[in-house]
Amino acid sequence: MNAVMKHRLFWPVVVLLALILVNTLSRPSFVSITVQDGRLYGSLIDILRNSAPLMLVALGMTLVIATRGIDLSVGAVMAVSGAVALQIIQDSGDAANPSVLAVAIGAGLLAGLACGLWNGFLIAVLGIQPIIATLVLMLAGRGIALLITRGFITTINSDPYKFMAQGYVVGLPFAFYVSLAAIAIVAVIERRTALGVLTEAVGINPEASRLAGVRARGIIWGAYAASGLLAGFAGLLYSSNIMAADANAAGLYIELDAILAVVLGGTSLAGGTFSLAGTVVGVFTIQTLKSTITFLGVPPAVTPVFMAAVVVLVVLIQSSRFRRWVGRLGGRLSVRSAQPVERTEVAS
Amino acid sequence: MMSTMEDAQPLVQVTGATVRFRSDTALDGVDFRMFAGEVHSLMGENGAGKSTLIKALTGALALDAGEVRLGGEVVRFATPHDAHLAGISTVYQEIDLLPNLTVAENIALGREPRNRVGAIDWAATRRLAHDALAALGLEIDPASVLGTHPLAVQQLVAIARAISTDVKVLVLDEPTSSLDFDEVAELFRVIRELKARGVAILFVSHFLDQVYEICDRITVLRNGRLVGEYLTTELLRIDLVQKMLGRSAAALAERQTFDAPDDDSSVTLSARGVTVLPGIADADVDLVEGEVLGVAGLLGSGRTKLARALTGVDRLEAGIIRIDGQERRLSSPRRALSLGVVYSSENRRTEGLIGELSVLENITLALQAQRGVLRRIRSARQRELAASWVEALDIRPPDLDRPVASLSGGNQQKVLLARLLALSPRVIVLDEPTRGIDVGAKVEIQNLVGELADNGLSVVFISAELEEVLRVGTRVAILQDGRVVDVVPSEGLTTDSLLAMVARSEGDEA
Repeated sequence: MNAVMKHRLFWPVVVLLALILVNTLSRPSFVSITVQDGRLYGSLIDILRNSAPLMLVALGMTLVIATRGIDLSVGAVMAVSGAVALQIIQDSGDAANPSVLAVAIGAGLLAGLACGLWNGFLIAVLGIQPIIATLVLMLAGRGIALLITRGFITTINSDPYKFMAQGYVVGLPFAFYVSLAAIAIVAVIERRTALGVLTEAVGINPEASRLAGVRARGIIWGAYAASGLLAGFAGLLYSSNIMAADANAAGLYIELDAILAVVLGGTSLAGGTFSLAGTVVGVFTIQTLKSTITFLGVPPAVTPVFMAAVVVLVVLIQSSRFRRWVGRLGGRLSVRSAQPVERTEVAS
Repeated sequence: MMSTMEDAQPLVQVTGATVRFRSDTALDGVDFRMFAGEVHSLMGENGAGKSTLIKALTGALALDAGEVRLGGEVVRFATPHDAHLAGISTVYQEIDLLPNLTVAENIALGREPRNRVGAIDWAATRRLAHDALAALGLEIDPASVLGTHPLAVQQLVAIARAISTDVKVLVLDEPTSSLDFDEVAELFRVIRELKARGVAILFVSHFLDQVYEICDRITVLRNGRLVGEYLTTELLRIDLVQKMLGRSAAALAERQTFDAPDDDSSVTLSARGVTVLPGIADADVDLVEGEVLGVAGLLGSGRTKLARALTGVDRLEAGIIRIDGQERRLSSPRRALSLGVVYSSENRRTEGLIGELSVLENITLALQAQRGVLRRIRSARQRELAASWVEALDIRPPDLDRPVASLSGGNQQKVLLARLLALSPRVIVLDEPTRGIDVGAKVEIQNLVGELADNGLSVVFISAELEEVLRVGTRVAILQDGRVVDVVPSEGLTTDSLLAMVARSEGDEA
């Protein structure tokens, strides 16, 4: 039991399960899954489907944070890639043509990759601080997206394109398979090659890594490129979901959710050792939290406040210092100790 | 003030100090005491428990059992800051100041004088810093940025910081490891002054000469246990070493002889007119296969700069480097490593190890980087490789998965060596490889260097300790103001004659 509790994923998983439990208690239908036409429906399935864009972005963010960096531009990159893809489809006039779709998707991904390469260039080659370097594109990206869509919200009508975010394969949402594939690919690239450990080395001590012959520059550049590419894909999923390229709304504030997911998953913002599994748990936690908000009918106006309160709570639960403090309090007051935490949870 | 009549009442009294880390007992029921106005030395090998005892004394670690009394009263410090307030100040081996702040800010850090509105009173801060520096007789501009000063000066600033409060007990953990002769003399002057003021000084050093020069009393630890407390005047050096190691000193005295390379040995690395300003100008070095070239020079003579220039860490502004007769441009450490030229930095923590990664990951890092991202060394092979180095270099504890930062200094150095040796290099440049390492591990590393050379490796061995340079080096390069002024065979040289050569050079220039 002790070994289980010491595992770095223990608290993130506990938090996720607690959230699901709270939801289930307040509305038992939360965990129910129904089958219609061989497709699964239910809140949990929605979470799997809706979390896909955030999953992609957060995976990229994990790699960037492991190098001691941060990528604020992911939301704007989503807007760019969505704009590129949809504009191509709209301009072609043949929204169902597979080759047009292939070109559009390819161009959207390339646009994301280009954004990531730009960030990486500023950071790894020119040595600009990550927060500043990515702030550039965070602000400029939406402008670029608007330029591409000529100032409008580009809308299309294309069933194959729609399939990406809304389609089903073997009973589960296609977007969920995209998530799974991204997790698997990133995990294999990081852990089956030496990229993961070299990334951690660079994140912990860049100078020592350089002296050990690690190509620190290439690794950092690669992390931003990957983040851009993944954000590009997330942008396609987003545009497929609403069948529109909305430069101002696409991926708005997703960088904050992504950073939060990474941190909830136990990866330190100081860089170094990272946990992809932790990020996955973190993403599901955030997505569950969002459903909770909808579920409980929290008025949209106070949603950020509610979200902030829960996040603070979650972070406190994961803080070993806070747990020790509660433990000490428990030792002194025996019964009353654990109640404040529980009460807040129930109140939520 | 009361030190003469109050000898029966120690200022610091530690009884039964016990500290455990999981299953390891780092400190096992140790008794320790210090009197006001004495200089006390804590001696022991790495892992003997010196650092743990210091940490317990200074509030950085909590005792699992036992107690600390200060001036007769039981004290329990939650943090080093509490200990500091109670009058126990520490200067750690690795300088823990902030290089991006000014000297004055560093000295006043955490206790900046405030003005009426509660903002920092900068004028008072500078005065405080100035006074602290003046007490050490140092002429350092308090407004200058700390990081712009050499390591030795930073060390002195750290000491100035520690004594600028009402200090009762001053703990100096390896204070002299980066100081040169004059600076050590300067430090000793200050120590004597503080001693006269009734401060109890705990002086931890691996330099036996210095311990015997400055200390009144010696406490010896071994494997976390107390061996005993002795008056310096009553303890022979040979006995001290024996008590520290727990084995016969004869084994140590047996001086390993390193074979000088044959005359017809080929030159592995040859550098001509190497220039990296500021630091080294027009330096020439020839390295023969299987030799250890000692490098001796005063602080600031460009020892580290030379090492960095030869290994591709710093780019050359002028000069050429030939490896096996072929001219090579060492454009990066990576390039140098691939040509078999490796470098071990004097700053193990900042430029060597990846602290949070494991021993295994640290050992395999350079090899993995060399193979590239895609050709990952199989886990089983990594383990095998790391385990073989851990065994060969006797790295302790032999736990591959332990974060390397938790190892003692000597073992960290061995991990760094293992990483470099795993590359099967031709040339290895060691900058202060024994700095901050205890006698036992020091001898091990010196012997290891000899063995490496005997196996055909060319070694550059840089050290501030002339005795060590002589012991290990087959030839010694005398470095002065960034130039190699002479290369002499170490045979027949004594520390004094070498010192004369090193110092004379400086005199000539001035």
